[in-house]
Amino acid sequence: MIADDGDDGASRQLSPEETRRRVDASLRRRYRAERRFRYYGLCSVCLGVIFLVILFGTIIGNGYSAFRQGFVQLDIHFDADVIDPDGGRDPDVLSVADYSLLVKAALRELVPEVTSRGEKRELNNLVSAGAVFSLRETVMADPGILGRKRSLWLPLNSEVDLWLKAKLSGTDGDGISGRFSARQLGWLERLLADDRIELQFNTAFFTNGDSREPELAGVWGATKGSFFMLLVTLLLSFPLGVAAAIYLEEFARRSWWVDVVEVNINNLAAVPSIVFGLLGLAVFINFFGLPRSAPLVGGLVLTLMTLPVVIIASRAAIKAVPPSVREAALGIGASQMQMVFHHVLPLALPGMLTGAIIGMARALGESAPLLMIGMVAFIVDVPSGPMSPSTALPVQIYLWADSPERAFVARTSAAIMVLLAFLLVMNATAVWLRSRFERRW
Amino acid sequence: MQTMDKPQDAVASPAEAAAAPVAPVEAERVAHDTVGDVTAKNVVICVREANVYYGDTHALINVSLDIGRNEVIALIGPSGCGKSTFLRCLNRMNDTIESARVTGDFRLDGQDMYARDTDVVMLRARVGMVFQKPNPFPKSIYENVAYGARLHGLAANRAELDDIVYGSLERAGLVDEVKNRLDDPGTGLSGGQQQRLCIARTIAVNPEVILMDEPCSALDPIATARIEDLIDELSEKYAIAIVTHSMQQAARVSNRTAYFHLGRIIEVGPTDRIFTNPAHKLTEDYVTGRFG
Repeated sequence: MIADDGDDGASRQLSPEETRRRVDASLRRRYRAERRFRYYGLCSVCLGVIFLVILFGTIIGNGYSAFRQGFVQLDIHFDADVIDPDGGRDPDVLSVADYSLLVKAALRELVPEVTSRGEKRELNNLVSAGAVFSLRETVMADPGILGRKRSLWLPLNSEVDLWLKAKLSGTDGDGISGRFSARQLGWLERLLADDRIELQFNTAFFTNGDSREPELAGVWGATKGSFFMLLVTLLLSFPLGVAAAIYLEEFARRSWWVDVVEVNINNLAAVPSIVFGLLGLAVFINFFGLPRSAPLVGGLVLTLMTLPVVIIASRAAIKAVPPSVREAALGIGASQMQMVFHHVLPLALPGMLTGAIIGMARALGESAPLLMIGMVAFIVDVPSGPMSPSTALPVQIYLWADSPERAFVARTSAAIMVLLAFLLVMNATAVWLRSRFERRW
Repeated sequence: MQTMDKPQDAVASPAEAAAAPVAPVEAERVAHDTVGDVTAKNVVICVREANVYYGDTHALINVSLDIGRNEVIALIGPSGCGKSTFLRCLNRMNDTIESARVTGDFRLDGQDMYARDTDVVMLRARVGMVFQKPNPFPKSIYENVAYGARLHGLAANRAELDDIVYGSLERAGLVDEVKNRLDDPGTGLSGGQQQRLCIARTIAVNPEVILMDEPCSALDPIATARIEDLIDELSEKYAIAIVTHSMQQAARVSNRTAYFHLGRIIEVGPTDRIFTNPAHKLTEDYVTGRFG
């Protein structure tokens, strides 16, 4: 339809005022949308931070008390007649002697009014069953101490430890006092008043393996197990993953076969980790006959799990290297391999390291596949190498969280803190490495 | 490559093309599409009946061209006409493109470039290439120039390597600007300096032919003028094939010019004749700026 008078034509064309008004209105709408979007972002960041604070707050709040442990000071008389009646000072005899008699004697000396059998048992129960180990260690290290008296700090039973922590912080500690008899409480109060019992730094937590006694349980065994496992994983998955990525990106010609490999690698990255555990059980333990509970096997299983992540990240890093660098190298007469190793690899390395960090961090926190290969076993000894039986930090946390003893609550949180610290150290190393390899031009 | 018509002529089989002796009389017949003389005096690179396919696209059709020693040949033509493709065939850079297929007879000093026993690394050492975008390695200036010489083991010791690096930088006209900062990153130089560094890197390997793929398209006029002067000097020692979009540049630096159009060489001849008196209508349209 054609307008026959000029008036109609002019009304279709917006007047300058009307244009400005509309632009103004749309502008305001745009700015509002922008502000809203920024608030959404800020809110989600805040929410994330709040959850993080709550998480760390509870873990630290629950776990910090595990870093201290109650000790009692006993004047131990290293009675030669008890420990070494023959007087031969034979290490075999010394190591099997009944050191608990010494602890009991020292305790009775401290609380002389105890006479009946029941009272004695109540008294002896206050001290950890692990006290005898430190006595044995003292004697084994210096047999000359026999026949002499020495004042030693020995660990308290974990229940007493909880009572002491509750007492010192002025709380009830979940009615922990109710778990002791009036007599026991009386003795403890007196010892506390005499400065005979106090909280000290819990070195055992950092140097021991697992134990049924909470006051003796430590994370060192699990930490070492995790360390050996990740070492195996890193040594296998990084070179294998990088080599596979380089081959697929730089050397493999496009073909049906390469496509199949590619699809499968991407699928493997999404496979639930417990499946890798079953695979490890079937292949490494049942078929190759590797030992159960060994960090080597754990590392192999985690390698299977980490490999796809490393390959995918490495391929992305290689793809990100500008083609002009490749052309420059080839144009000057570098062979394919020289081009890759002199130019592509150094430029892609930071990206590859990032992939490796992500994969290793995932491997460190993984417990499901390890259950399948026997790393969930109760193992007291600290592993000496990748072949000795061991457990891993996440599995240790799982085991402790499952334990009925109350003192394991704090130790579980403390173990989580150790795991997080492990992760932090690992990531910091990787970030440092990456910044070293990053080209500054 | 925008609109590429399907191949019009049957492509000569490689065996047939290889059998053709390289003689001026014969060349006239082989390069039936091309106006002008495709042969050159003192031939270093001789191409007959070259065809390149990228998948289904026929990017280069029956191209024949000689490149002589000490000559600068300019390859001109509209975008997508196949001049860069042709250039990349001359040191087998097309090998890196998986879909590319090259047929025809390519000879360097009479030797078949695409023969089974030809070493592509050796070929690229003899036929160097300078790219459109300056692409120095993310390494020091010294390392950039020394890289090729190191690769091919040209220097027996550090002193010789120093000589090669200084000599190359000198010939590339860069030595005065960078001699005090050889350890600085090559990527920290200006665009023109980077391109001259790339040229220095290329001539450090002492090639016989230098291929330049629009070496000045990313540079300002002053840097361009310096590169052009450099090409002039380098032509005393090397054969140079340069792809360019600037007809003024082609006119300034080259002795011969080949005009490409839709995958064919339409016309070859001495540069001054091509620009003053083109024989083919398409060439005339292009050099007079009617299209392109």
